[in-house]
Amino acid sequence: MDFGFILSQSLTQAIGVTAIIYCLAAIGLNLQFGYGGLLNFGQVAFVAVGAYSVGATVIAVGSSLWLGIVIGILLAIVLALILGIPTLRLRADYLAIVTIAASEIIRFAAKSSDFLGGAQGTTGAIGADFYALNPLPEWERFEFGPISFTRVDMWVVLVGWVVIALATLLTWALMRSPWGRVVKGIREDEDAVRSLGKNTYLFKLQILILGGVFGALGGMMSAISRGSVQPDGFVPDFTFFLYVMLILGGTARVLGPLLGAAIFWFLLVFVEQVLKEGVSSGVITFISTTQIGPIRFILVGVGLMLLMIFRPQGILGDRKELMLDAR
Amino acid sequence: MPADTTLGSVAIEALAGIQPEPGVAKPDPILVADHVVRQFGGLRAVDVTHLEVQRGAITALIGPNGAGKSTFFNVISGFDTSDEGSWTYNGQTITNTAPNKLARKGLVRTFQLTKSLSRLKVIDNMRLGAGGQTGESIFPAVFKFTWGRQEADITQRAMNLLERFNLAAKADDFAGSLSGGQRKLLEMARALMLNPDLIMLDEPMAGVNPALKQSLLDHIRDIREEGTTVMFVEHDMDMVRDVSDWVVVMAQGSIISEGTPTTVMRDQRVIDAYLGAHHEAALTESGESLTNSADKEADA
Repeated sequence: MDFGFILSQSLTQAIGVTAIIYCLAAIGLNLQFGYGGLLNFGQVAFVAVGAYSVGATVIAVGSSLWLGIVIGILLAIVLALILGIPTLRLRADYLAIVTIAASEIIRFAAKSSDFLGGAQGTTGAIGADFYALNPLPEWERFEFGPISFTRVDMWVVLVGWVVIALATLLTWALMRSPWGRVVKGIREDEDAVRSLGKNTYLFKLQILILGGVFGALGGMMSAISRGSVQPDGFVPDFTFFLYVMLILGGTARVLGPLLGAAIFWFLLVFVEQVLKEGVSSGVITFISTTQIGPIRFILVGVGLMLLMIFRPQGILGDRKELMLDAR
Repeated sequence: MPADTTLGSVAIEALAGIQPEPGVAKPDPILVADHVVRQFGGLRAVDVTHLEVQRGAITALIGPNGAGKSTFFNVISGFDTSDEGSWTYNGQTITNTAPNKLARKGLVRTFQLTKSLSRLKVIDNMRLGAGGQTGESIFPAVFKFTWGRQEADITQRAMNLLERFNLAAKADDFAGSLSGGQRKLLEMARALMLNPDLIMLDEPMAGVNPALKQSLLDHIRDIREEGTTVMFVEHDMDMVRDVSDWVVVMAQGSIISEGTPTTVMRDQRVIDAYLGAHHEAALTESGESLTNSADKEADA
């Protein structure tokens, strides 16, 4: 087995484009769920809105990517308002129901829309405007120890991590502020915060919008880097992976989503590559290559269960804090 | 009752000449409620014809279980919606006003089951109470220089209050690590961060050990001395007798009696309501003041 190759593949994925997309959406979910306690089970809806906004603006309309990004952010805000205004006055679980339903409505609506490319989705040079700005030297590959990227991927990864850094910085700045204190208070007990004169509804709407915009940014990254937007990329599993990453990294921790997304993709690719190598080199004989896909999820799932048993607060979490309510 | 206190004695004096009748008018009411009705299906949980709460006094709301005290509290403080009626606070109509708006007007409440925000530090619980914070708007929040100074002032005020409530040593602990009694204290202190005109305490003594009770009583008197009107719901008769200037008794949703603690506890309607509602309840300490032993024998 070539462990060097496995490790290089896994590490590249851990900081690669896919991890970036999930990480951005997870940062948004961390604001909503981790800090604000909002059960958003449809974060993928915001990702889809972001992806389709740039995809449709560039491909179907033929306009610029930058316009698509602006439209995507605006539509994410509109979606947050549509979801939030009727439900945020109600109990927390209503938001969960509405968001998961909304994410499926958006997926199926996109699937049956000719404008958005139907089941095939939208494919083309969505990121052309973005790649045109690539200032990197014309090297074949960019290598950092075991990690290497093509010139195009390197540009996406670079910008992606800068966006993540900014989003993280914003989260940090907000969460140390009195605004963040109110948001965390709402997670603990909304009525108490209302009794102290805060309009909790407004705060919840704000975190839903902000988290949704981060999700949309993730969607834009995916459309730009892949050059295509496919409706079936936005299944509810996407949101549940986000929750896994969040809990893995540590909810309500500024760096939780970063660590969670990186480790999640590292593990997923690592397990897959080990199984692949094992099967092809004849070490593992009881499974076939086609079974590797599902089995890696089983193994990662077992790993997560162990994590929940031995470190329920996630990697960055504080166990004492988690146990407070168990008194 | 401490006779040497200034504001307290003013309140007692103001209430001294008032007829102990349900719905009686007070010289300077801060809260006036009219025909407040809250129904749950066919049950009229609250049906208060008229109630005035004297400014600057400590008013107790007592009554047997299920009398509608807490529901009345919830309705007045905006956590429940009334089916009929209206009520004013400082002369302004506040019928079915949202609790956050009431808090900004200076009407703050605490809860029977304490709502300390467990995963926030004690000091952050306190800071949260302060009103008018610039840093609570999302855009200024990003830039610390816009709210840093205000935050320092708030922290100072919070620490002073924590000092007063003997919680200063716990300032950096999570509120969830406090004992039940300390949480009650924290909730009261947090409400005071808003500088309320009227503070409504829902069973401030529930689950508090006897040692802490005395200090809670002192705190409540201190609050009155600062000019804040106190209204509280309570089961603990000792507390009611000790601390309150005026007592309002509810039974089956309505106010059946009002008056100074001594008058109310001699009122036959009150005795009937209590003994009728829970014969075996631990009214022993209060029973002595509620009724004379002859009545007790007769009822038993």
